[in-house]
Parts: sequence; structure tokens; C-alpha cells
Amino acid sequence: MDLLSALVEHLIITAAAITLAVVIALPLAVLAVRSRWLVTPTLVLGALIYTIPSLALITGLWPVFGLSATTVIVALALYALMIILRNTIVGLQGIPPHVHKAALGMGYSEGSLLVRVGIPMALPAIMVGIRLATVSTVGLVMVGALVGHGGLGQIVLNGFTNNFFRAPILAGTLLAVMLGLILEWLLIVLERRLSPWAPAAST
Amino acid sequence: MSILIWFTDPSNWSGPSGIPTRLLEQLVITAVAVLAAAAIALPAGIVTGHLGKGSAVVTSVANLGRAIPTFALLLLLAAAGGLGVSAAIIALAIFAIPPMLTNANIAISGVDPQARLAGRAVGFTGRQLFWQVELPLALPLIFAGIRTATVQVIATATLAAFVGGGGLGRFILDGFGLQDTTMVLAGVVLVAVVTMSTEGLLALVQAGIAHRLGRVPGRLTSSFLRVLRIG
Repeated sequence: MDLLSALVEHLIITAAAITLAVVIALPLAVLAVRSRWLVTPTLVLGALIYTIPSLALITGLWPVFGLSATTVIVALALYALMIILRNTIVGLQGIPPHVHKAALGMGYSEGSLLVRVGIPMALPAIMVGIRLATVSTVGLVMVGALVGHGGLGQIVLNGFTNNFFRAPILAGTLLAVMLGLILEWLLIVLERRLSPWAPAAST
Repeated sequence: MSILIWFTDPSNWSGPSGIPTRLLEQLVITAVAVLAAAAIALPAGIVTGHLGKGSAVVTSVANLGRAIPTFALLLLLAAAGGLGVSAAIIALAIFAIPPMLTNANIAISGVDPQARLAGRAVGFTGRQLFWQVELPLALPLIFAGIRTATVQVIATATLAAFVGGGGLGRFILDGFGLQDTTMVLAGVVLVAVVTMSTEGLLALVQAGIAHRLGRVPGRLTSSFLRVLRIG
């Protein structure tokens, strides 16, 4: 496997895991916040899943999904899901009651209130969650090398088993670090685009 | 259930590749890595928090630390000539620094300014202010950082097996190499149980600290404020 296809695989696995996590986390967070008793069990379950090491989760899913990229994607989506879910819940809970009441007073239905007031106000917290999840996922993809789908981790592990050859190990590591930093920067840019009303200063 | 048979097999409970040995390896690697990281991160975070300077440096160190993949760092250090165990300890210590550094910094710098002013008003020196006001108030958050780091490290110490560092990850990797699903799952269960009990145990300790200090700093703050009001 050459460096470029490893990089592409790394990117695809990361994107798939994060997309899957976002698609599941957002509705789940809305559901949890609306029926309040769900919040604590959801967060406890999330904390439990988060304590399972990536190596264990990936190999634990190996009998289910086999030696495929799906194994890595599902495992990493679970971690990302928990980070994004927690942040979204915190963001949605942080909406001041007077804002909520004002929107209701203006005649917003529950649904449009969520889409036009709730989500935009929770956006900073949600985006922080997505950023944290993305950076940590980029690092964790490498562990997938064990089942043959670790993106740049493949390069690193091959270099390691191939007589501790340092050049590929270093190249794979540096590329992964750079990929994480670039994706984080892109997400910051995306957040600015999505929230044009926010002050431009914060990083 | 073949996994029950695996766990009840006495041969898995003894010898240099038995569960107790592997568990001990995992715990020792974790303890050394966390202690080493704490020795660097806690003083650094506390001093920068106390002085109110260098939080930009703290943030960027923490961000960079998070972006470095532990797996790659581990293999890199091992390939650079470190023995399995020492490579694992160094990589894990680097991994443990960001949460402890950030929390210690935020804990001290985020101490209620009123409590700090009250301390100054009753004539505390900078040192007294630190030991008797800032540190007790910051302790719960500092410990939260230690807890996060410890749980992360004990979970990630599973990777040490990749570089010959032993630990519970051995069962997962060996089972994987032998295509032995039972052994892999047994390893997964062991690691999950160990990390979850660590998390539970540290959560209890944290609750204990909060309970003990919850009253002390509360009393401290309110009596300070009373002094101010009288004066």
C-alpha cells in the first residue's frame, strides 16, 4: 500500500465514521433533551463505551464485521457518537429559558423552534464536539491496521514489522498529525460559515 | 459458552502469560506513565494558572498532544530503540499530559476572583493565597483531570502489547494472531472490566474529595466575604 492510497483510506474511514456519528447523535440528543429522564442514562452509557479501548472495540467487532473497513468505521463511529452526543446535549440544555419562551411567544412550533432557534444556539457546542471527535478519530484510525484497514496506520505498522524501518513510521505519523490539524482548521472555517452572526475573534 | 471455559481454565490464571501477570503489567505501565505525566503536567498547569500567564501555550501544547496518534507514537518510540515497556510508558505519559495540564491550568486560573480578593483583603501573602485558597478550591477539577488521564492511559496501555510491552493487550493480539475468537473476546472483556472499574473507583474518590472539600472552601469563601462585609 503506497502513502497516497493509505492517506485516502484514512480520510474515507474518518469521514464515514464522523458522518455516521453525526447522523445518529443529533436526533438522539434532541430526543434525550426532550424527554429529560433519558439524559442521564445516555451520558452514563456513553461514558462506559468511551472507557473501552480502541484496540478492544475494534477486535471485539472483528467477529461481527470481519477484516473489513466497516469494523473500523463502526468502532470509531461509536466513540465519535459519544463525544458529539454529549456536547449536543449540553448545547441544547444551555439555551436560556427566556429565549425559549420568547420564541414560543412569537408563535414558533416545537419543530421550527428546534431548527431555527435550538440548533443555531447549540451550534458552537455541537461543532466543538465534532472537532474533538474528528481529531481523536484521525488518531484512532491507525489502530485499525490490526484488521488491515488502518489508513496511515498501515504504513506505520508495515514499517515497524519491516525491521523497524523508521522512514515510513515517521512519514505516516507526521501525515496523520497534519491531517488531524487540517481537518480541525476546516471545521473551524465551516463553523464560521454556518454561524455568520458569531463574532469572528474566537478560535 | 467457550469464553466461560476460557475464564475457568486454571492455565489462563497462572504463569508469565496468565491473567494476573498481564493485569499487573498493565497496572504498572499505567501507574508509571500517569505519575511521570503528573510530575510534569500538574506543576506546569498550576504555575501557569496561578500566574495567569502562558495559557495560550498550555492550550496549544494540549491541542498538539491530542493530535498525536498514540499508536504511531508508540511504534515510533519503539523503533527508535526504546525497549517495549519504556516506549509504552513514554508514549502513554505524553498522551496523559494534555488532560492534566489543561485541567490544572483552568482549575487554578478559574478560582472565583471574589475568594481571591477576599484572601488578599485579610492579608494573605501570595503563597498563603495559593495554599489556602486557590489550591483547595481547584482540587476537584485538578483531580478530574487526573481521573480522565488515568482512565485514558489504562485503556490505551492495551496497545503496549504491539511493541512487546506486555499487558492485557497480549490476549487480544495473541488471540488475533491465532485466529482464536474466544481469546480475543476474553481479552476485550478483561480490558473493559479493568478500565470500567478504574473509572468507577476514581469517580468514587472524586466524589469523596468533593464531599470533603465541598464544605471547607464553601466555609472559607463565605467567612472571607463576611470579613469583607464587616471591614
